[in-house]
Amino acid sequence: MRYAMAIDTRKCVGCSDCVVACQTENNVPLGFCRDWVVEVVDGTYPNVSIELRSERCNHCANSPCVRCCPTGASHFEDGGIVLVEHDKCIGCGACIQACPYDARYSHPDGYVDKCTFCIHRVREGKNPACVSVCPTKCMSFGDLDDPNSKIVNVLKNRKFKSLAPEAGTKPQIFYLI
Amino acid sequence: MKEELFASGRNIPNIDPYLNIWHWQIPGYLFLGGLAAGILFFASFFTIMGKQHKMEATVRKAPMIVPFALVIGLFMLFLDLKHKLYFWQLYTTVRYQSPMSWGAWVLMAITPLSILWAASYVRELFPRWDWKYDILKTFEKWIIANRILLAWPLAILSVILGIYTGILLSAFNARPLWNTSILGPLFLVSGMSTGAAVIMLMSKDHKERKIIGRIDILLIIVELFFIIHLLMGFLAGSEAQINAANLFLGGRFTAPFFAFVVILGLIFPAVLETLELRGFKVPIIVPAVLILLGGLIFRFLMVEAGQITRYLY
Repeated sequence: MRYAMAIDTRKCVGCSDCVVACQTENNVPLGFCRDWVVEVVDGTYPNVSIELRSERCNHCANSPCVRCCPTGASHFEDGGIVLVEHDKCIGCGACIQACPYDARYSHPDGYVDKCTFCIHRVREGKNPACVSVCPTKCMSFGDLDDPNSKIVNVLKNRKFKSLAPEAGTKPQIFYLI
Repeated sequence: MKEELFASGRNIPNIDPYLNIWHWQIPGYLFLGGLAAGILFFASFFTIMGKQHKMEATVRKAPMIVPFALVIGLFMLFLDLKHKLYFWQLYTTVRYQSPMSWGAWVLMAITPLSILWAASYVRELFPRWDWKYDILKTFEKWIIANRILLAWPLAILSVILGIYTGILLSAFNARPLWNTSILGPLFLVSGMSTGAAVIMLMSKDHKERKIIGRIDILLIIVELFFIIHLLMGFLAGSEAQINAANLFLGGRFTAPFFAFVVILGLIFPAVLETLELRGFKVPIIVPAVLILLGGLIFRFLMVEAGQITRYLY
């Protein structure tokens, strides 16, 4: 089992619904976010292109955050989901330094927090909150090892990229381009 | 032109607009750790070589401040933690892939050993000191008789501690300025040089100062070579690494780095030490303090600048 997410940058309109859904679902404290939307503008008028990307923890297969964690608080759950065990986290900040995507933050309660792929929903067979609310349905979540899953289908038929693959992290969020 | 902005708005404290999660505690600890490693290495090295009677300050006086440096350094690390009450989780596991776990365990070993070392010389430096309990007196006798057994692990652990202060940073591949294996040796050499500076400050023996001074000049030359090597390596690397080097070669850290670290912290004190060896009268406090300040500023700049560097995508 290998959970992953595919996000269609051509369908995303940058409404930030995913961000709000995540904050509500996961009680993210005010001023923080586990996912966010980036708008990349390339070129000068009239030759301009815009890419909208909903970004979050990439749940990397070769996670530098899990590797550098001194207590084992950052760990892999089933399906390769990277989680932080709050009672083991000492808040040293090593994983925040280690993440090339700046996807982690220091929760006001002390421990480090980040996207969990809504593991509590996934275990119930539901989609993560961000995926379930997207009005353009630009996100698909699923198991890469399941040949019938929607995500495998999408990745088969579209060109895609991941972020900073040169960092060697093997990110598991794929952006359809 | 490529412009990137957060369409959803994002301004997480200490992460946006650029990472600043580690503050003064980390460079402060790296400085004290390197300094302690340097002093312990010299103390144990000269003991192993059988020169402990000729090196009064190196073997006896300077190691007195090591336990304090280590404990203050550890306390700084503790202050840096955001989930402080859970710090003991560090010592429930050994994570061999995590440099921080290595560091925690090395400190756990070297701090008590350095306390034993200092305690075994307390009565030589303060003759009126009394250990009060017989068991402590017997233990002291045993340590004094077996100092060489203490010197070997201290020599090895001090090198590991010195290298670790650099590896702690170099293990983060997400921060291109840190992600180079030269950082371990560079921080080790720099730490040993600051240790040597402390010894020179505490030494009253001209011969001892000469020996340590010679070693220090050599360390500074090696350190300068490592710094050139570090920047050249970056310039021959990827765009993220070139950007990292440019922070020191024209970017916002250029002036403090070259003025306070390279010139005032390394070249100038090395020149002063050379002049002293040639017979000129140089108050030792000047090069020693410059080396210490240079080492401290170097660590502050590296920690601050490293957090700014990142992958581009």
